[in-house]
Amino acid sequence: MPTAEPVRGRERQEARLARWLVLPAVGTIVLVALFPLTWTVWESLHLHDLRMPWLGRPFVGADNYIEALGNPRFWSALGHTVFFASVSVGLELALGLGFALAMNRAFRGRGPVRAAILIPWAIPTIVAGLLWRFMFDGQGGIVNAVLVAAGLLDQPRVWFIHPQSAWVPVILADVWKTTPFVALLILAGLQNIDASLYEAARIDGASAWRQFRHVTLPLVKPAILVALIFRTLDAFRVFDLIYALTGGGPGTATEPIALYTFNTLFQTLRFGYGSALSVIVFAITFTLALVYIRLLGADLTGARR
Amino acid sequence: MNPRRWVPAIVLTLLVAATAFPLYWAVVSSFTPESRLFQSPSPIPEQLVLDHYRALFVERNFWVPIRNSLIVAGTTTLFCVAIGGLAAYALARLDFRGKTLLLGGILAVGMFPQISVVSPLYLLLRELRLINTYPGLVLPYLTFAMPLTIWLLVGFFRQLPAELEEAAMVDGASRLRAFREIIVPLALPGLATTGILTFVYSWNEFLFALSFTLGPERQTVPVAIALFRGQYQVPWGQILAAALIATAPVTVLVLAFQRRIVQGLTAGAVKG
Repeated sequence: MPTAEPVRGRERQEARLARWLVLPAVGTIVLVALFPLTWTVWESLHLHDLRMPWLGRPFVGADNYIEALGNPRFWSALGHTVFFASVSVGLELALGLGFALAMNRAFRGRGPVRAAILIPWAIPTIVAGLLWRFMFDGQGGIVNAVLVAAGLLDQPRVWFIHPQSAWVPVILADVWKTTPFVALLILAGLQNIDASLYEAARIDGASAWRQFRHVTLPLVKPAILVALIFRTLDAFRVFDLIYALTGGGPGTATEPIALYTFNTLFQTLRFGYGSALSVIVFAITFTLALVYIRLLGADLTGARR
Repeated sequence: MNPRRWVPAIVLTLLVAATAFPLYWAVVSSFTPESRLFQSPSPIPEQLVLDHYRALFVERNFWVPIRNSLIVAGTTTLFCVAIGGLAAYALARLDFRGKTLLLGGILAVGMFPQISVVSPLYLLLRELRLINTYPGLVLPYLTFAMPLTIWLLVGFFRQLPAELEEAAMVDGASRLRAFREIIVPLALPGLATTGILTFVYSWNEFLFALSFTLGPERQTVPVAIALFRGQYQVPWGQILAAALIATAPVTVLVLAFQRRIVQGLTAGAVKG
């Protein structure tokens, strides 16, 4: 065919242009993300203590990892992270689905509601943590005042000195901050559902519950899944919120894995061991992210115009 | 009355109340004298003072962290939108080998935890003498901001009709010219939305700013607030006043562009 050559030439030209266009961004990502990540792995295989520079940086193999796996503080930090992620994400999905259904139903007030719920999402996490610490703080904080006035508590409670009760403000603050985002994701999924499906279900005499169970839930499942994975990844690297609320305390009772890693790096200055912890956090989140891309990758990367 | 009408209304009222109360309480408390903060709190303020706001700027030089945050978040955003915009256009509109893999890779980088690169970045910035400098914050910020920007922009570019660009090219315009004269003007709202989201994420960032600054002269707003110390006790009034100031710019931006932001946030995640 006479036109084949120019077309192929144009395609090749286009591919060359594309490579030049992506180069600066890809170069940046390699420089600031992939190269440091490789360095973390290298660092994790060495002894590197910034307080003892005379020791140098000897290769120690898997010693840092073995130390982590034998350290009860590591396991409790991991346990706190899993606990925080499952409880907060579970609550956020349940509440988010409820709010999304309500927003989808409401005929009026959708705009103001959206505005109101975007604010917690947009404010700095550190600010959210401080607001909730303030409300739970001391003997005379507003939470204690309300609970005592309502007769739910005999006397003000000092929330932050007990390992169990310190989790209450942490979980509440996270739910407050991120449920809106979950609700918005699920609402977008709900709005994609074809109204005629409900029409058909109603004609068949399906009850509201059956419509929810057999039409809404299966069709909104992908949106719920996206929210679930986004939130799980986020909850797994929780740092700011707990730093502001409890600092990991009392003691280390609410210390998540990211905070433990940070403390190892900047309080004890043990960069080798701290890097091994970083690699472990990375490995866990990366596995979760891989599952995510597997489940939804076709939708996200497929060229749909 | 039909419960299908009033149940959602009640649920939404509760939602808005629960969302708004902590913010309302912070506003009221930031205007309450320190001595009264924890004494029989009542939802209606009795006495309002500007002490905390005045102390922030007179005693604590709070404009320094504000300036730092503006510079760091602003630079990060401009760099990411410019460089990321080119890449996103290629990823959304041009055909080349390895495109899907590249997009997946960028997505994966955007998801990895900041804590996993803190140690090498610290050592690297220390080596380059960039600890406690603006570039020493902008560079680390690119690790999360660049993937985010590209990802959002790919979504926006894909929504633009391909015909316009093709028509321009049939008329003899080059790809680059078509990009500059047709696509960029059309994509401006998308670029603006992406810029706002990147700015919000950079403004709110905490871990890197905490790790790579040493003193108040380069601390960003979130770090400055988190490290506020009083002489004898936690200076709650000032912390809340500062927290509200930190919240103000992102709130204004998000409310002004809420429709587009919701679209940008959810389009990528739900529709692809």
